[in-house]
Amino acid sequence: MGAVERHQATPPRQDWSFAGAFGRYDREQLRRGLKVYRQVCVSCHSIRLLAFRNLGEKGGPELSQGEVEALAATYKITDGPNDAGAMFERPGRPSDRFPPPFPNEQAARAAFNGAYPPDMSVLAKARGYARGFPLFLLDALPGVSYQEHGVDYIVALLGGYADAPNGVTLPPGQFYNIYVPARRIAMPPPLSDGQVSYDDGAPATAAQYAKDIAAFLMWSAEPHLDERKQIGLRVVLFLIVFAGLVYFTKRKIWANVEH
Amino acid sequence: MSGHSTYTPKSAFARWLERRLPLLSFIHASFVAFPTPKNLNYFWTFGAILSFMLVAQILTGVVLAMHYTPETTLAFNSIEHIMRDVNWGGVLRYAHASGASMFFLAAYIHMFRGMYYGSYKAPRELLWILGVILFLLMMATGFLGYVLPWGQMSFWAATVITNLFSAIPYVGNAITTWLLGGYSVDNPTLNRFYALHYLLPFIVAAVVGLHVWALHVVGQNNPTGIEVKDEAKETVPFSPHATLKDSVGLVLFLVLYAWLTFFVPNYLLHPDNYIEANPLVTPAHIVPEWYFLPFYAILRAIPNKLLGVIALFASIIIVAALPWLDTSRVRSAVYRPAFKKLFWVFVAACLGLGYLGAQPAEGVYLIAGRILMAYYFFHFLALMPALGKIEKTSPVPDSIEEACRAASAARADAAKKAKAHA
Ligand code: HEC
Ligand code: HEM
Repeated sequence: MGAVERHQATPPRQDWSFAGAFGRYDREQLRRGLKVYRQVCVSCHSIRLLAFRNLGEKGGPELSQGEVEALAATYKITDGPNDAGAMFERPGRPSDRFPPPFPNEQAARAAFNGAYPPDMSVLAKARGYARGFPLFLLDALPGVSYQEHGVDYIVALLGGYADAPNGVTLPPGQFYNIYVPARRIAMPPPLSDGQVSYDDGAPATAAQYAKDIAAFLMWSAEPHLDERKQIGLRVVLFLIVFAGLVYFTKRKIWANVEH
Repeated sequence: MSGHSTYTPKSAFARWLERRLPLLSFIHASFVAFPTPKNLNYFWTFGAILSFMLVAQILTGVVLAMHYTPETTLAFNSIEHIMRDVNWGGVLRYAHASGASMFFLAAYIHMFRGMYYGSYKAPRELLWILGVILFLLMMATGFLGYVLPWGQMSFWAATVITNLFSAIPYVGNAITTWLLGGYSVDNPTLNRFYALHYLLPFIVAAVVGLHVWALHVVGQNNPTGIEVKDEAKETVPFSPHATLKDSVGLVLFLVLYAWLTFFVPNYLLHPDNYIEANPLVTPAHIVPEWYFLPFYAILRAIPNKLLGVIALFASIIIVAALPWLDTSRVRSAVYRPAFKKLFWVFVAACLGLGYLGAQPAEGVYLIAGRILMAYYFFHFLALMPALGKIEKTSPVPDSIEEACRAASAARADAAKKAKAHA
């Protein structure tokens, strides 16, 4: 073996229900992802832009109003000041946002040797990887369009932990992971088989958790994706038909012009 | 070549208005009767497309502005608020972001069209220069707009670009501080960038007015590059002929725009810009938006900062000098076989620079960047002046009419041959 590989590896491409022009979120998958977030990632990562009410909205996990209220009530929200000028805690309401696990960034950094678990609200869009020429040109094209770099990266990262190869020594609190820049990360491997129990028959494996949480994070980053693609289909279809009509009108007008 | 005003007001109100402000006959002369060469191809629809995109950017921009907050701790969240909580907000924001890309795409096609058909040559020099001014204004607007979402790329692009001014001897640092409103990119910077980003499109609109005015004085060029000789035979009225052809081009262009907006909206956006700006963390690679990449490659090709900045600006200003650098008496590349080839080499060089602008400035990339930059200037400063003097051009028809007749004869001929074969 030659030199130790230091560059991050390219994430393998996954199948996603929400990829492509006709792609839509898989509601069951989002619900499973929500479970993984609430039972695992939540202890370190905030998701501050997500409100409980979002979980009931169309195109998301679509929990019922009752489920949303019950879920919100399991969180303690700091509110106030009250009439006496004091802050107080109360159970969450659907309009509240997910409370962060740490009161501030410094507290989180103190807990992780200076590393900071990034907020997860738009994390799926805030990550990606370069595909290089000429693949990146294909990524925009109908039929082969590829927009899921971020989620693929997250899945790869969650399963990318390995023992550091000989010759690589990691500072304390760092883990070897082939998919992250410089191949080291301060996040301990968060997932293991059987850690979260599913009630919809999906396999309770780390690989499945990784896909589900990644899909959930995609939804959190892009909650109106379904709606956007739905409108988009109508708009593009209309424009194509309209282009045809305008073209034939134009031909008629130009028919007796020699050019 | 302003259209003959054959306009006669029909209603009483139109007559009343006409006597006080001949607005209707002006519109009629400019956009109805205006004679357009009948042999224009679809590359001539990009002017109308650009006009549409300007209006689209202003409309989407004004609505975005109603929900946006230009304050460093709130800006990033306010964009997310638009995307999440405002009705149609996601579509609106993506339409504006993709709109900027489509605007530049159209502008580049429009400019290359002008270069290919020699549209910049007398008497259209001023029209061309106004075009270059529009391009500069668009670049400024695009850059300022990119800063507003206050992501990592916003912040660091603003830092890199404003820092360029510090290369100016003696006064550079003072200018940079003045631009930023402080010693680094911060709240005052964001505020003034927002104000300017709102202002510039309206200045663009005013310059477009001048651009179109100049166009209507000298008339449109056409693929043959031959001036109109017989208006009755060689032109068609703007409406309905040009309006409909422009509409075809526009609607097809909108299909692309809609695809980008609705299905691959993040294709041209950088993931780092979904991370809130952080002055303490420099991204691994700072890359500008795609439409600045060729110029970014030129900037980085030169190791000296001041010279790099000069090369960057020179590469844009030199485009305005094209009417005087090109010495050929023949306008259109159709009759310039050597130029036609070199035109495509030039396009390839620009695309190559664009590719290199997105790569790290090191090793082979840097060397390739230097070669292509040298070629870019060589094209303008050596090829364009020399070619006009030495190139053997093919025979240019006497008139547009003759060129059209020759073309349709050739078409009929080809059809006959195809039939004989079958
Ligand atoms: C024990 C705390 C902890 C848990 C639990 C945890 N993370 Fe992390 N995570 C971290 C830390 C710390 C970092 C920052 C790592 C660094 O900067 O090196 C991080 C970073 C990340 C990143 C960003 C990596 C990058 O490219 O910068 C992703 C993605 C991520 N975590 C996903 C998850 C997911 C999904 C879960 C739940 C399944 C999860 N994490 C659970 C602590 C945690
Ligand atoms: C805001 C951006 C711009 C708008 C809205 C705009 C608009 C227009 C319109 C409506 C036309 C007439 C239709 C046509 O010939 O395509 C036109 C023509 C022209 N424009 Fe622009 N333009 C813009 C930018 C530019 C730029 C950047 C350049 C070049 C540097 C340029 C150079 C020209 C030239 C040379 C013509 C005459 C073309 C010919 O008749 O052959 N324009 N423009």
